[in-house]
Amino acid sequence: MSKDLDLSSAPGSTEPVIPSAMLLEMYRRMLRIRRLDESVKRLVSRGELPGAAHTSIGQEGEVVGACMALEDSDYMTGTHRSHGHPIGKGAPLNALMAELLGKSTGVCKGKGGSMHLADFSRGSLGESGVVGSAIPVATGAALSAKTLGNGRVALCFFGDGASNQGVLYECLNMAAVWSLPIVYLCENNQYASVTAQREVTKELRISKRAPGFGVKGVTVEDGQDVWQVYEVVAEAVARARAGDGPTLVEVMTYRYSDHSEGLRHSGAYRPAEELQAWMDRDPLPIAAARLRSLGVGEAELEGMDEEVRTEVQAALRFAQDSPDPDPEDAFADLFAEPIAIPHRSSN
Amino acid sequence: MPNLTYLAAIGVAQREAMEEDPRVVLMGEDVRSNLFGTAPNFVELFGLERVINTPISEAAFAGMGVGAAMTGLRPIVDMTYATFMYLAFDQLINQAAKNRYMFGGQADIPVVYRASMFYGSSTAAHHSDRPYPMLMNVPGLKIITPATPYDARGLMRTAIRTDDPVIVFEDATLWMRKQELPEDPYLIPLGQARVAREGSDATLVAIAGSVVHAEAAAEELSQEGISVEVIDPRTLVPLDRETILRSVAKTGRLVIADPANRTCSAASEIAALAAEEVFESLRSPIRRITTPDIQIPFSPAMEKPLYPNKARIVEALRASLGVGPRLTQAG
Repeated sequence: MSKDLDLSSAPGSTEPVIPSAMLLEMYRRMLRIRRLDESVKRLVSRGELPGAAHTSIGQEGEVVGACMALEDSDYMTGTHRSHGHPIGKGAPLNALMAELLGKSTGVCKGKGGSMHLADFSRGSLGESGVVGSAIPVATGAALSAKTLGNGRVALCFFGDGASNQGVLYECLNMAAVWSLPIVYLCENNQYASVTAQREVTKELRISKRAPGFGVKGVTVEDGQDVWQVYEVVAEAVARARAGDGPTLVEVMTYRYSDHSEGLRHSGAYRPAEELQAWMDRDPLPIAAARLRSLGVGEAELEGMDEEVRTEVQAALRFAQDSPDPDPEDAFADLFAEPIAIPHRSSN
Repeated sequence: MPNLTYLAAIGVAQREAMEEDPRVVLMGEDVRSNLFGTAPNFVELFGLERVINTPISEAAFAGMGVGAAMTGLRPIVDMTYATFMYLAFDQLINQAAKNRYMFGGQADIPVVYRASMFYGSSTAAHHSDRPYPMLMNVPGLKIITPATPYDARGLMRTAIRTDDPVIVFEDATLWMRKQELPEDPYLIPLGQARVAREGSDATLVAIAGSVVHAEAAAEELSQEGISVEVIDPRTLVPLDRETILRSVAKTGRLVIADPANRTCSAASEIAALAAEEVFESLRSPIRRITTPDIQIPFSPAMEKPLYPNKARIVEALRASLGVGPRLTQAG
């Protein structure tokens, strides 16, 4: 579903349709994701970040648009490409950056890293390095919200790659039959690692699969526009909260970097003109243009970017200055009620 | 409570837990209709919201148990047959077992998975597995194998109260065995073995359905003045190492009866433990009585001899003790 751009006002009303304060907050979170992931790219190129890193650059609009449609207490699960999701949910940067560097001050105490960020204090229930594996977890959170009657909604991110995992359809069925308060959000960036969606999938419109499960399906053609994503997801969240069950929202988007930083692959799997066309639809300038049309000045936009750069720099410094975990900490957190772990040292 | 079956004892534990704590819900295939007899009148007692019939989607509802447990419920997820868990291994291993650790302890995962080991009944290879050793190899899961109605009720209650994922392997060869149970609820701590019979000549550790055969074997040898100590670990993770090792140190001999397949069985782990820790106490080689490394055939003629039974256990104990079979009077 592509919505016409209505940048300023509803018909017959002088009230702006888009509250500029909310759009400013969206822009700030998008900037945080962009600048943090740019920092990640630099760290990887210098060999200063352990493990693999999958950046969200290019997808900030849909990440933030979807997350901002939630209340703080709502639940969210991410994917292996999920530096952005907790930021979209409002998580502070210091503990995220420290986690990326494997430090004791990391949000997961250095046990999760890039593919497993989670900030439960912000409703971020974690990310899964196994593609599609968090979909049942999010559905279970929606089941508990419904059973406990606490009014919460779950937002379940997954990609076009995960759309070919069977658990998605098992969950769509159960969420539908029980009218669970959940929004399944497919970030369709058209490539799973280096394989094009069209190469392994006949029906490219993931949202078309939803009606077969009695679920409403909708595609946001321009997932680069944070506001369009927000409006569609907000409607889906409202339906979920009202007890009207799940929605599958597909957003068309694109990642500007490779699948993971430093991934070696032979040949170009994405046409240069395709990449360029999507770079021309960069979510940050699109959001900035919306803000300008709402009367936000250039100085404010630039000032915000400067603030975010400073914030990311400070987070990086915090992470770099933080101590490594004690090797003994590897033995903590397995159980709430710990058991003896024999032969902890290598004897 | 008058003689209750193993299955009925699990039903009592589930009912007690659901009466005590409104966060406990039961979900799985056919649970509303009480197909296996562990949820009698549950819909009436607890309502449809807490007794949830799932479609045949094991991977999804196993993972939903994790998500629900991380957000305030305490689900009991009935996987029915243990082999159906294989469909859900991603969720059990990558989510249930890892999430608390991977996220630095930000959330507890109080979920119980129930799995029946339906062997010995000619259901062939797709229903007959005893797969607890596979999951003993996954840090983050607690694993219990009750062998009596009393233990099934008490361990199940503890499992439901535990703030970690617990997998209950229910031995279907024991389903109809009866035992008198206390009127009042009780808990049995995880990681505490039961000495089913005290003895001094040999230690016989038996797991799940093997416990009854072990007790019968010990009884038979007692007629010859041989004193066998029978230990049922009851929980495999955590394992009560101390009780096993103390017994082996005392008797100097160890036989382990385990219905799992032989390679990397629970018996293998217990044998290794004894070899590492009390080697100098051992007076003869450790012996494992297990199911051979073969799939389970349909025909009773082929299936029945595969599992540990009294005769095989007696034979192993005799070998361990260096005592030949008593000569029977020729007819």
